[in-house]
Amino acid sequence: MIERSPFFDFITYVAMAIGALLVIIPFWITFVAGSQSLQEVSQVPISLLPSGHLWENLQAAWVRGDLGPKLLNSLIVAVGVTVGKITLASLSAFAIVFFNFRGRMICFWLIFITLMLPLEVRIVPTYAIAANALLPFQVILDTLGISWLVQAASGIQISLNWNLLNSYTGLILPLVATATGTFLYRQFFMTIPDELVEASKMDGAHPIEFFFDVLLPLSRTNMLALATIMFVGSWNQYLWPLLITTDRANFGTVVMQLKALIPAQNGTPDWNVTMAGALIIMLPPLLVVAFMQRWFVRGLISRDK
Amino acid sequence: MERRAYYKNPVLPWLLIAPQLLLVAIFFYWPTSQALYWAFTLEQPWGGGNSWVWFDNFLAIFRDREYWGTVLRSGIYALITTGLSMSVALTLAAFVDRSLKGTKLFQSIYVWPYAIAAPAAGVAFRFIFAPESGLVGSINDIWPGIWDPSTNGIQALVMVMICHAWLGIGYNFIFFLAALQMIPRSISEAGAMDGARPFRRMLDLQLPLIAPTAFFLFIMNIISSFTDSFGLIDTMTEGGPIGQTEVMVYKIYFDGFKGLDYSGAAAQSIVLMLLVIGLTFIQFKWVERRVHYH
Repeated sequence: MIERSPFFDFITYVAMAIGALLVIIPFWITFVAGSQSLQEVSQVPISLLPSGHLWENLQAAWVRGDLGPKLLNSLIVAVGVTVGKITLASLSAFAIVFFNFRGRMICFWLIFITLMLPLEVRIVPTYAIAANALLPFQVILDTLGISWLVQAASGIQISLNWNLLNSYTGLILPLVATATGTFLYRQFFMTIPDELVEASKMDGAHPIEFFFDVLLPLSRTNMLALATIMFVGSWNQYLWPLLITTDRANFGTVVMQLKALIPAQNGTPDWNVTMAGALIIMLPPLLVVAFMQRWFVRGLISRDK
Repeated sequence: MERRAYYKNPVLPWLLIAPQLLLVAIFFYWPTSQALYWAFTLEQPWGGGNSWVWFDNFLAIFRDREYWGTVLRSGIYALITTGLSMSVALTLAAFVDRSLKGTKLFQSIYVWPYAIAAPAAGVAFRFIFAPESGLVGSINDIWPGIWDPSTNGIQALVMVMICHAWLGIGYNFIFFLAALQMIPRSISEAGAMDGARPFRRMLDLQLPLIAPTAFFLFIMNIISSFTDSFGLIDTMTEGGPIGQTEVMVYKIYFDGFKGLDYSGAAAQSIVLMLLVIGLTFIQFKWVERRVHYH
C-alpha cells in the first residue's frame, strides 16, 4: 500500500465484498436450494436461508443419479489422467531438454501444435478413432500392401481392432497426451543449472538415475501444481465421456450425470434434489483447489512465461 | 534455448518421448487428418464409398444462413463473455493488489469458479435463471411472462453467457493479480509521489504494464468460449429455443452425432480449427515480441 487513504480502503473492502458475493452466490443458491423441501424450493421468491432437508435431498440425488459408482468412475478417470499426464509430460520434457538428438525440435513442435487442436474441434473423428484405436495402423499396413502380402502368403487376414468405447482406457488415454504439461516441465527443466547435469555425469550416473534422483525430487512443487490443474481439468471433462460411453450405467462419470438430475420438462420441478446432486459433484475439485491453491496458482502462472 | 550440458544417446530419448508421440499421433493427428479428408469428401447416399468433392462441403455450409447465424452468435458470445469475465477479474485483482488486511481470504474465494465443471455451473445457473422458480424468476411476479429463457432466445443466450463469464473469473483473476504484483513497487511509488491518485495510476501505469497479460488472457478467453461452451449449452439450453443458443461447437456436435452428417460436421470442424489455430498463432507472435518488465 502506498498512501494512507481510509476512504479508498473502505471502497476497496466494499468492492472486494461485492466481488466475493458475485462468486459465492451461485454456490450459496446451490446449497440453499439443496437443503430445501420441494415446496420451499418452488416458492417465489425463494428463501435465501438454508432449510433442514439437505440430508434427504443428498440421498435422493445419490440414488437418482447413481452417484456412488459414478463418483468412483470419475475418480478413476481423474487420477488415471493425472498420473498419465504427469508421467508422459515429465518423460518427454526430459527427452527434449536434456538430450541432444536429431528430430528434437520436430518432436517439440509436434507436441506443441496439439495446443491448437482442442478436442472440441475434432470430436467426430476422435470418436471414430476411439471405436478402433488401431485403425491408423491397419490403414498403414493396407497402403503398404503388407496386409495383402500376409494374406497371400499365409491366408491370415490382418484386421486390427481395439475398441475403446465403454472402457476406462478409452476414457483416460485420449486425454493423457498433453502439451501444457510438457511445457510446464520443459520450463522448469530449463532452469536446472548445467552444473547439476555435469556433476551427475561425473558421478557416472545414468540419465535415468539423474531423472529419478535429481530431477523428480526437485520438481516436486511443480508436480503438485500440475497435478492439481490436471485433476480438476479431467474431473470436469464432459464432452469426451459423453461421447465415449454409451454404457452410462457402468462407465458414466459424475459430471455427465448432472443432466440426468435436471427435472424433466413436465415432471416434478424438484430442483432441490438437482441442486443437492450438483453440490456433491462440485465438491471434490473445489476441495482440491482450495487445499492446493498455493501450488496450483504457481503452476498456472508459469505457463504464461 | 540450448543447454551446454546434455546427454548423448541415440535411443533413450526416443524411448522416453515415444508414448507421448504415439498418443499425439493417434488422438490428435489422425483425427485431424480424418476431419480434413471428410471435409473434402461426401458419403455416397447409396453406398459405394466416399467421393472427393473438393470444396462442396464448405460451400454448402457457407451458403447456409443458419450456419452464418451460428458463427455470428459464437462471435458475439465470445466477445461479451470475454469482456465481462476479464473486466470483473481485473477490477477484483486491482483491489486485491492493494494488499489490505484480510485480502487473502477474498483472494482465495475468487479462485473458486475455476474448480467448477461447466455443466455443474450450468445446472446451478439454470436454476437461478429458471422462470418458474424463485430467484430471477421472481420478476415474473411483477411483470408476468417477462423472463423466460426457455422461449426467448436472447434471454437464453444472456443466461449462458453470464454463466460462462462467471466460470472464467477465477482463471482471469489469478493471471491479472500475478501480473499486477510483478510490477515493481517503485514504479507505483514514483507515480504516487508525482501526485497520481490510485485510479490515475491504474490507467497510466498499471494497465499499460499488464497489457501483455491482458492480451494473453483475451486470446485464451476467446478460444475457451469457442470450445468450452459445449458443456454449458448442453446442460442449460441444448441449443434451444429453436437453435438460438447454438454456437459453432454445439452445431458440430449436433450435425455430426445427431444428424450423422460427417462431411458437414467435418467442414465445420475445419473452420473452427482454423479459427483456433489463427488465434493461437497471433498470440504466440505477440508473446515473442512482448516486453518483459521483470
